[in-house]
Amino acid sequence: MTDATQSPAQGSLSAYDAHTAKRNTAEKRFRAYGLTAIVIALTLLVILFTTIIRSGAPAFTRTVVEIDFTLTTPQFEAAEKKLLKTKEYNMLFAGFVADAISDGALDQAAVAASLERILGKVGGDIRTHYRANPGDLDTPVAFELSTSSRAEQYLAGDITRDTLVDSRFLTAADLDVIDRMKDAGFIKTALDTTFLFGADAGVDNPGGAGIGVAVIGSFFMMLVVLVVSLPVAVAASIYLEEFAPQNWFTDLIEVNISNLAAVPSIVFGILGLAVFIQFAHLPQSSPIVGGLVLALMTLPTIIIATRAALKAVPPSIRDAALGLGASKTQAVFHHVLPLAAPGILTGTIIGLAQALGETAPLLLIGMVGFVAREYPDGLVSGFTDANSAMPAQIYTWASRADPGFYEKAWGGIIILLIFLLSMNIIAIILRKRFERRW
Amino acid sequence: MSVTFLLLILVGLAVVGFFFGRARALSTVQGDTRRLHSLPQYYGAHVAIFAFVPAAILLCLWLAILPAINGFLTQNALDPSDIPEGRDVSLVMEEVKQVAAGLDKAVAAGTITAQEADQPEQIIDDLRARFGAAGVALGGDVRLSVLQAATTLRDARATQRTVLTVLLIATALAGFVWAARQITPDHRARTSVEFSIKVLLIASALVAILTTVGIILSLIFNTVEFFRMFPAADFFFGMTWQPSFQGESYLGIIPLLWGTLYISLVALIVAVPIGLFAAVYLSEYAGPRTRSVVKPLLEILAGIPTIVYGLFALLTVGPLLVDVFGKDGLLGVTWMGGGTSVMTAGLVMGIMLIPFVSSLSDDIINAVPQSLRDGSYGLGATRSETIKTVILPAALPGIVGAILLAASRAVGETMIVVLGAGAAARLDLNPFEAMTTVTAKIVSQLTGDVSFDSPEAMVAFALGMTLFVITLGLNVLALRIVRKYREQYD
Repeated sequence: MTDATQSPAQGSLSAYDAHTAKRNTAEKRFRAYGLTAIVIALTLLVILFTTIIRSGAPAFTRTVVEIDFTLTTPQFEAAEKKLLKTKEYNMLFAGFVADAISDGALDQAAVAASLERILGKVGGDIRTHYRANPGDLDTPVAFELSTSSRAEQYLAGDITRDTLVDSRFLTAADLDVIDRMKDAGFIKTALDTTFLFGADAGVDNPGGAGIGVAVIGSFFMMLVVLVVSLPVAVAASIYLEEFAPQNWFTDLIEVNISNLAAVPSIVFGILGLAVFIQFAHLPQSSPIVGGLVLALMTLPTIIIATRAALKAVPPSIRDAALGLGASKTQAVFHHVLPLAAPGILTGTIIGLAQALGETAPLLLIGMVGFVAREYPDGLVSGFTDANSAMPAQIYTWASRADPGFYEKAWGGIIILLIFLLSMNIIAIILRKRFERRW
Repeated sequence: MSVTFLLLILVGLAVVGFFFGRARALSTVQGDTRRLHSLPQYYGAHVAIFAFVPAAILLCLWLAILPAINGFLTQNALDPSDIPEGRDVSLVMEEVKQVAAGLDKAVAAGTITAQEADQPEQIIDDLRARFGAAGVALGGDVRLSVLQAATTLRDARATQRTVLTVLLIATALAGFVWAARQITPDHRARTSVEFSIKVLLIASALVAILTTVGIILSLIFNTVEFFRMFPAADFFFGMTWQPSFQGESYLGIIPLLWGTLYISLVALIVAVPIGLFAAVYLSEYAGPRTRSVVKPLLEILAGIPTIVYGLFALLTVGPLLVDVFGKDGLLGVTWMGGGTSVMTAGLVMGIMLIPFVSSLSDDIINAVPQSLRDGSYGLGATRSETIKTVILPAALPGIVGAILLAASRAVGETMIVVLGAGAAARLDLNPFEAMTTVTAKIVSQLTGDVSFDSPEAMVAFALGMTLFVITLGLNVLALRIVRKYREQYD
C-alpha cells in the first residue's frame, strides 16, 4: 500500500521497487507457511498410516514349520505299544527332524527338547492324525505346525542371540535348531486364522490371542446402537424440524442436543455406570449396556444429519402435499421423510462408525480386564453376556506387559480401521448414488 | 405369565384391533370410503393404539414399582432378629432373592417338584444339594428364616403375576372396546392417530433432555456421596494425589488439573498454527481441485478413533521422544525418563486436533463476505495483507470459538492420555515428565473391582463433575462467541 504523497519511484514502472519486492516476498512467505502446514498435516497422516500398517501386518501372519514327515508302520505299531505314547511320537518326530536338518550332528533328545519349546507338544497331533488316517503310514505327510511366540519373535528379529536370556521358553540351543530348520526351508508364513477368528488368550500367550470374539461383541453393540438411536433420532429430528413451535421448550431441547454432542465420551461412561449398571442392574461389560451408552452418544450425530437432510427437502414438496389435502403428518411421513432417507442413512452410518471406534465409555462399564474367551452361544446371550469390543480389546492388549501383544493391538487397529473405512465408503457411495439436487 | 409373553399378547391384541377397526369402519359405510372422515387404516390404528398403549404404560409402571413393594413385603417377613449381627439388611435381602430364584430354577430343572417348592421347609436340609443339581450355587446352607421370606416372596410374586395378567388384559380389552365403539363415519380417527404420533415424536425429542438430566443426576448424587466421605476443601485445594485403598488417601485435584491443562496446552500449540494456516491456505489460496483432495484427507485424521492415537503415542511417539530427549539420546540430555510424558500425549493429541481446528476455521473464514476481500484487493493489498489485516480480524471471534472448542476436546480426551501421559500425578514444569489428567484418573479409579463405598472410587464422580463443568463452560462460551459472530454477517 504505497503512500500517494510519496514521490514517484525512479526507473521503469514494470520493474519492482524495493518496497513492492518486499511485499511480494512477504506474500510468498505467507503462502509457503500455509503450504508447509498442509504438508506437515499430510505427512503426519502418512506416518500414522505407515506405522499402523508396518506394525500391524505381522499380526495377520504366523510362522509355521511345514515338514513332510514319514512314519513307517513298524514305528507306528511300536509307538502304540509304549506306555507314554505321545512322548514316543515326540521322539520319533524329533529324530526325523534331527536327521533332516543336521545329518546327525544334533542329538535327538536335545532336538526333541528344543522342538517342544519351539512347536509345543506335537506328538499328540501326530498320533491323532495317524490313528484317524492309518492309510497315511509309510508315505510322506505334510504337517503344518505353528511356532511359539518367542520363536516367532526371534525369526522376526525382535530377539537376537545377543539379547536372548535363556529361559524355559527359549534357549540358545533352540536358536540353532531354528536356524537349521530355516536353512532346510521348513519355516514358512501362513495366514493367522487364530487372530482373525479366535478369542482372547491369557496374559502369557500372545500367539493365541484373536479378535474374532471382540468383533462379535462390537457387532451386537452396533445392533443396539442402531435399533435405539435411529428411531429416536429420526423422531426427534422430525419433531424439531417440522412440528416444534418456536418457544423456550424447543430452545431447551436444541441447546441440550448441541451440548450433548460436545460432552466428553468418558462422561457418558460415567452415566452408563451409574444409570445402567448401578441403578438398573443390567449385566456388567455386556454389549447391551455398551450399546445403550454408545446410542446416547450417537444420538446428536444422527439428529444433526437427519435435520440437515429434512431441511434440504424443498418446501414446495410440503406445499404440494398440503395443497392436495394431505395432513401435515401425512406430508411429512409420506413425502418429506422418504426424500430425506438417503441423507438420514448416510448420517446414521457415519454415526455408527464413530460409535464403533469409541473406547473410553467402554472402559468404565467394565469391558476392560475381562478376557473374552468364548463366542456368545446365542442371540440373547450375545447381548447380555459379558463380552469385549474391538477398541476395548485393543486397549486390553496395549496395556499388557508382554510386547507380543502390541503387534496384536496394531493388527486389531487395522481390522477396526477396515471396518470404519468400509462404513464410510458405503456412506459416500450412498450419498453419491442418491444425492438429489433440487 | 412372563412379561415377554404378556407383551406378545398385547401386540397380538393391537394387530387384531387394527384389522377389526378397519373392517368395522368399512362396514359402517358399506365399503364406500368416501363417506368416512379418515382413511380406513386410521380407524384400525385408532383401535390398535387404544388397545396397546394404556396397557403398555400400566405394564411399565407395574414393573417400576413392583421391586419396591416386594422388598417391603420380604423385609416384613424377615424377623429383625434373624439378621446376623453386623450384617447388612441388603445382603440378607439378596440371599432371599437368590433362594426364591433358585426355587424357580430348580422346579424348571426338575430337581424339585412344584409341590415341594410350595412347602420348601420340609426339604430344607436337602435344598442346597438340589439347587446345585439345577445349577444354582449357594454360598452356604439355607437358613429357615431366609427360606420363609423367600417363600413369602415367591407367593407374592405368583399372586402379582396373576393380578398383572388379569389387569393388563382387562385394560387392553377395555381400550379396544372403547375405541371400537367410537367408530362412526364421522369419527375423526386421523386426528386421534396423529396426536399419538406427535406425542411419540415429542417423547423422542425429550430423550436428549433426559440424557442430560441423567448425566447431571448421576454425577451430582455420587459427588455428594463422595463429599460426605471426603472433605470438599481437600479435594479442590489439595496439592497431592495419592489414593491408597488402605485409607489415608490424598485426593487433591490440583495436580490432575495441572496435567490436564499442560497436555491441552501442548496439544493446542501443535494444532492451532498448523490447523489455522492449513485453513487459510485452503480457503484463500488453494484451487478447487487441491481443496477437494486435501480437505477429505485432513478429515481422515478426525475420523480415526482415539484408541489408535493412544497406541500411536504409547508405542511410536513415546519411544521416539526417548531416543531424542532421553538417556543416551540424540541430544545427550536426560530430560525424559520413560516413554509416557506430557509431550508424548500433547503432540499426538495435537495431531488429532488439527482437522478440528482447520475445518472449523475454514468454515468461519469462508463466511467472511467476499465484499471485504474485494475492497481490500481494490485498495492494492496483496493476498497475504488482505488475510492478515482484513480476513483474520473479521474472523477472529469465530476462530477463538473454534480454538475453545478444540480446547474442550483436549480437556475431555481420554484414550490418548490414558495410554500416553503416564499414571503419576505431578506438579512439574518439565514437559518430558510423566503426568496424569482428570480423565485418566476417572478411568483408573473406576476400572477393576470397584466398591462404591470407598472415597477412592467415588472420587471419580467428583472428577467427572469437574470435567463436565469445565467442558460445558468452554462449549457454551465457544458457541456463544461463534453464534454472535455469525449474526454479524448474516
